[in-house]
Amino acid sequence: MLPLSVPFIATAVLSVLGYVVARKRALSVAGGDIRTLTSLPHQHGLNTALSTLLPPLAVMMVWAIGARIAARSDVALVPENPTMVYIILIGLAVTGFVLSLLRISTSFRARTASEGWIMGLLIFASTIAVLTTVGIVLSMVSETLNFFGQYDFRDFFFSTTWSPNFRGDSDLGIIPLIWGTLYISFIALVFAVPVGLFAAVYLSEYAGPRLRSVAKPLIEILAGIPTIVYGLFALVTVGPLLRDYFAEPMGLGQSASSVMTAGLVMGIMLIPFVSSLSDDIINAVPQAMRDGSLGLGATKSETIRKVVVPAALPGIVGAVLLAASRAIGETMIVVLGAGAAARLSLNPFEAMTTVTVKIVSQLTGDTDFGSPETLVAFALGLTLFVITLGLNVMALFIVRRYREQYE
Amino acid sequence: MTDYKISAKGVQVYYGDNHAIKDVDVQIEDKTVTAFIGPSGCGKSTFLRTLNRMNDTIDICRVEGDIRIDGEDIYDPAVDPVQLRAKVGMVFQKPNPFPKSIYDNVAYGPKIHGLARNKSDLDEIVEKSLRKAALWNEAKDRLDAPGTGLSGGQQQRLCIARAIATAPEVLLMDEPCSALDPIATAQVEELIDELRQSYSVVIVTHSMQQAARVSQKTAFFHLGNLVEYGETDKIFTNPEDPRTESYISGRIG
Repeated sequence: MLPLSVPFIATAVLSVLGYVVARKRALSVAGGDIRTLTSLPHQHGLNTALSTLLPPLAVMMVWAIGARIAARSDVALVPENPTMVYIILIGLAVTGFVLSLLRISTSFRARTASEGWIMGLLIFASTIAVLTTVGIVLSMVSETLNFFGQYDFRDFFFSTTWSPNFRGDSDLGIIPLIWGTLYISFIALVFAVPVGLFAAVYLSEYAGPRLRSVAKPLIEILAGIPTIVYGLFALVTVGPLLRDYFAEPMGLGQSASSVMTAGLVMGIMLIPFVSSLSDDIINAVPQAMRDGSLGLGATKSETIRKVVVPAALPGIVGAVLLAASRAIGETMIVVLGAGAAARLSLNPFEAMTTVTVKIVSQLTGDTDFGSPETLVAFALGLTLFVITLGLNVMALFIVRRYREQYE
Repeated sequence: MTDYKISAKGVQVYYGDNHAIKDVDVQIEDKTVTAFIGPSGCGKSTFLRTLNRMNDTIDICRVEGDIRIDGEDIYDPAVDPVQLRAKVGMVFQKPNPFPKSIYDNVAYGPKIHGLARNKSDLDEIVEKSLRKAALWNEAKDRLDAPGTGLSGGQQQRLCIARAIATAPEVLLMDEPCSALDPIATAQVEELIDELRQSYSVVIVTHSMQQAARVSQKTAFFHLGNLVEYGETDKIFTNPEDPRTESYISGRIG
């Protein structure tokens, strides 16, 4: 690989220089009186700066992606010779620089030209975001295909045991992991959704402005706590508490790490998610709805139950599904709260684990990167990605489908 | 005289430090349409909202004075504003049907107040209310369709049906036609005239023609004061106060 930092820095410097020079040149063309110019000097500067910067930048991106693909497929898609690439990039930058400087005149509409470049910059930025997603998926897909070349996909999807063995002969069934993931997420949501929703209803409908201005940021602080800290809380406080007061007296086990521990703590983590989103949505319900209901002699809670919440329901469902995808992707709380033992059980006081935890444990340590025991992590990751993607799409769909119910 | 439905004496309303209604006395008769007219911000809507205590939902609002409906002080601490609002229905400026079906919109009030013993009772109330609101023929085939899918005029008649369904004695209307086109307005006005048979209707309106068309009594508000109150014909043809005359002849407001 050749470093792209050199042409990148050179282009950036030339671009800044272009702004200064073009501005000066525009002023001198105007003879000091900017009223004779169709576009202002700084617009000429912007035009030169962007036409110097953007073409090489776009080429750099295409080249970098092409080189990655070429490295895999052994096809020479792009020139490998660094000097040639440098010449192309710097040449593009200099061409843009010189051409745009030559175009400066009193009648040149740099205003319109720079608008075009700005749109180019915005497209460039969004392309990066989209391509990154595509790149992540592609890299996972290729490793996953690699995995299924070595391990039967039926065993992966339908086997109920998970016992990796680095000497070979592993059982890599995803079912216990998916079960653990869904079980813990379910408990987290059962806890977080009512609490978060009620908190949101209280804050938006009942609390006075002063209480609201204090309580809302306080709840949002919960969202700022790193998940590892939640994990510690699960490990040293919630886990032992649940074991001593619930699991042992009820004869359900002696484990401090349990689905219940991780689920509860994850639920606490999700409260601000649910409450903050629901609060915004409840506030967006028009006051006319409330007035209509109150004007008919409904009490405040009847109004909320029968009019406000139903009107806000699509948004609330969207919030819950977003929280669900957070829960499914969570790792640290599970490691510290529920342990790392893959198990298929109904008892919520037993230790279980999730897909994300197993991805971490399969990829850490001294492992051979070509073995199915390691590659399974990518298959797990892709499965998880598909599940959360499905949830997100469903959330978007629900929100869009029912958005225009009022007004 | 005791056959006044609503009788207000010395009513003052404050929004924080702002004195919005100043010492208003008014007697509203049963089975009559009473119109409140006046320029924007004169307090007519505020005064209307004191009659079913909708102002209670605004934190900074304070009401003083004596307002009686059927001789009962509605600001007495023993009075439940929720019960009061069932008795004094309200229709708002913008049609605000709930995002529910047409049927559920009308059935909302009766369900809350337990006015129906069973489903067929409820069906009957819904049909009767929609008929009274002149919406039955248009809506009977699509009672399960969302109320928000109706046209603006139909939505407003749905809101009127919804208010009638709780069997109120007084119906307050806050500029009910301001969001409607002339045809829908004519339909709602016709409806108001029919509602007069059964209810005492109080309507706030910006349109003086509307006040003249639908009401028997008119009250003119200006800057928080009740300037003049009397027979609609007299207010519009021979007002006593010069401010009323200026307003109805278009010189102020």
